[in-house]
Amino acid sequence: MDCRDFGKKAGAGEETRYIVVVGNPNVGKTALFNGLTGVYEDVSNFPGTTVDTCYGWAGGNIIIDTPGVYGISSFTGEERLVRDLVLSADVVIDVVDAARLERDLFLTLHLIDLGVPVVVALNMADETARYGLGINTGVLEDILGVPVVPTVAVERRGLETLAERLPEAGRGFRDPDLARRLAEMARELGTSEAMALLLLEGDVVTAETLGLPPGTDQMVLYRHRRARVNEIVRLVSTDLQPAGSFLEHLGRVMIRPLTGFPIMILVMALVYLVVGVFFAQVVVDFTEGRLMAGYYEPFVRSVLSAYLDPGSPAGEILAGRFGLLTMAVTYVLGLLTPLVVGFFLVLSLLEDSGYLPRLAILMDRLLAGIGLNGLSVIPLVLGFGCVTAAVITTRLLPTDRERLIAIFLLSLAVPCSPQLALVTAIMARQGISYFILYGMVILLVLTAAGIALSRILPGASTPLLMDLPPLRFPRLGNVLIKTRMRSWHFLKEAFPLFLGGSLFLSLLQITGTMDLIHNYMDPVTVGLLSLPRESASAFIMGFVRREFGPAGILDFPMTETQTFVIMVTLTLFVPCIASVMVIFKERGWKEGVFIWITVLVLAFLTGGAAARLLGLLAAAWGSSAPLIMTGLIALLLAGVAVLGSSGKRIN
Amino acid sequence: MFPLTLDQARRGQKLRITALPDDFTRAQAIRLGISEGTVVTCREVVPAGPVVISMNRQEIAIGRNLARLIGVEPVAVRGTKYAAGG
Repeated sequence: MDCRDFGKKAGAGEETRYIVVVGNPNVGKTALFNGLTGVYEDVSNFPGTTVDTCYGWAGGNIIIDTPGVYGISSFTGEERLVRDLVLSADVVIDVVDAARLERDLFLTLHLIDLGVPVVVALNMADETARYGLGINTGVLEDILGVPVVPTVAVERRGLETLAERLPEAGRGFRDPDLARRLAEMARELGTSEAMALLLLEGDVVTAETLGLPPGTDQMVLYRHRRARVNEIVRLVSTDLQPAGSFLEHLGRVMIRPLTGFPIMILVMALVYLVVGVFFAQVVVDFTEGRLMAGYYEPFVRSVLSAYLDPGSPAGEILAGRFGLLTMAVTYVLGLLTPLVVGFFLVLSLLEDSGYLPRLAILMDRLLAGIGLNGLSVIPLVLGFGCVTAAVITTRLLPTDRERLIAIFLLSLAVPCSPQLALVTAIMARQGISYFILYGMVILLVLTAAGIALSRILPGASTPLLMDLPPLRFPRLGNVLIKTRMRSWHFLKEAFPLFLGGSLFLSLLQITGTMDLIHNYMDPVTVGLLSLPRESASAFIMGFVRREFGPAGILDFPMTETQTFVIMVTLTLFVPCIASVMVIFKERGWKEGVFIWITVLVLAFLTGGAAARLLGLLAAAWGSSAPLIMTGLIALLLAGVAVLGSSGKRIN
Repeated sequence: MFPLTLDQARRGQKLRITALPDDFTRAQAIRLGISEGTVVTCREVVPAGPVVISMNRQEIAIGRNLARLIGVEPVAVRGTKYAAGG
């Protein structure tokens, strides 16, 4: 599979037809794309997961997957992308959620009005029965004037018929008055009818291309289209009893604060049990403790010692402290792999169930305080999977101000899954009180930074206006495939980098440069953070990938306080190289450098403050210091929250 | 009676949308199925949070501050005795 740059790489011939898959968010475009092309992409149950286009081949045609949009225009970057693809497509497959015709047919009629050749895939046709809804496909086809094929894309049903009927794609039935008007305009302006329609609808980009002032008929046309959609839905669907199912009820309970917050805490506790207890302790104890440290490493050392002096540079590089064959392999296979698999499993379950949009509703009010709306829960939660991917999904936020706030918070205070998994594994060893304290400190930094940014940046954030997908039981097959693919992608990317990082550290060690760096960083590590000097290597590793930092200190002898301080500092520490590159791409180098330096400084300052405070408290109260500090942080958090809620209101 | 806004709606109430604040919201909303004149059901009012409305099976969450700017009027519900047949 290739994403982006499809035009360049595809190497299309004259015969090749471009088939563009479009649809509203969360209707199953990606599942359909996967089914048609046989290549795999992530499929999830919330809007906005496809942010780049991906393409694949099917029967000599190029099939292009697109991000979900509600209409064709240039409101957002994604819409602009989809607009361009639709205008140049040979066939457009419009994926429609059968259970939500009222919403989805709006886009269908927009495509038909544009005059592009359309085939409608009536997807999730299996769900309509559950809603007590019947759709007369034949009548729908007659009204629209284009092929309508029922599909269940996640189960690959109906896709063959869809492929067979692609050649039947054609221009559907338009309102005769509109058709006449567009034809006239197109002739006069020497452009296509699609461009004429977009111009009438006031599309700014089209107006610029044609060198004409944008039209003012958008509302008239939209209203007319809306009325036609409602009429069509009335004609083709036979209703229906209110569903009132268990899932529907659960979905409601999830967004009421009284039940929603306990459910959120329950979900988080379950995540902790699965990842923090089962994967991070039970599984890792076996894979790292038994398999790798018990059998693998001694075996490698004994084999190597037959050929090499373990004290020689080569021995040090292969099997020393940062040994390529020992430490690097053990950490990646014994430690990171099980942790990452656990995290992706949980994240995939959350995504597919439709819980995240409900979390967005629940958190909307709270996020308003940090200048974001509920929608930004999605990039922030995705950040717990992979910050790099999350930075890309910030494109779904409507304003530049929100994108900047979200990206900054992602860089600063959202640990990605491998890092969080390692932190969990390390902190779990010292008991729950430090773990809670850790969580509170990160939350405080996140809140304070968000409030500060929301105050400093000009403008106001947009209010929430979000479409709410139904709660579904995740399909196990889809969850497992997704977990496997994501874990595999992670390992493929992380292993070489980890090897390179280890080699680099070994070289620093052998050449004595490491000592020099330790000396240079002394004021920060020892002076500011009260850590052992050697912890500097954890920070050096941390520049490359977030989880390398914590991994680098696993076997350091440190006190509980020191472990806590370094975990906080490393969590807030700069994002990995991949994230930094994406941030530079999204924000430009000036803002990128600014974010990077600010995050670095804030990380050390927070770590230093935490070390000082914990030291003071420990001197006075001994072992109950973490508990007292948790209380203090909670008070601070409450104070900051009050400050935030009195601040700028979203309007 | 004062003009009603969506944030004052109660759960289960049927409402007709009478006013949307601006063109941008109007364009976004109409694509999701809401325009002036649409009859919606208020599904959920999260205290101090968003309002969730529905049209048939389509559900939409609207932030509180936006809901404050959306004008609505209650739609009279016929007596259940007679509604059953229709």
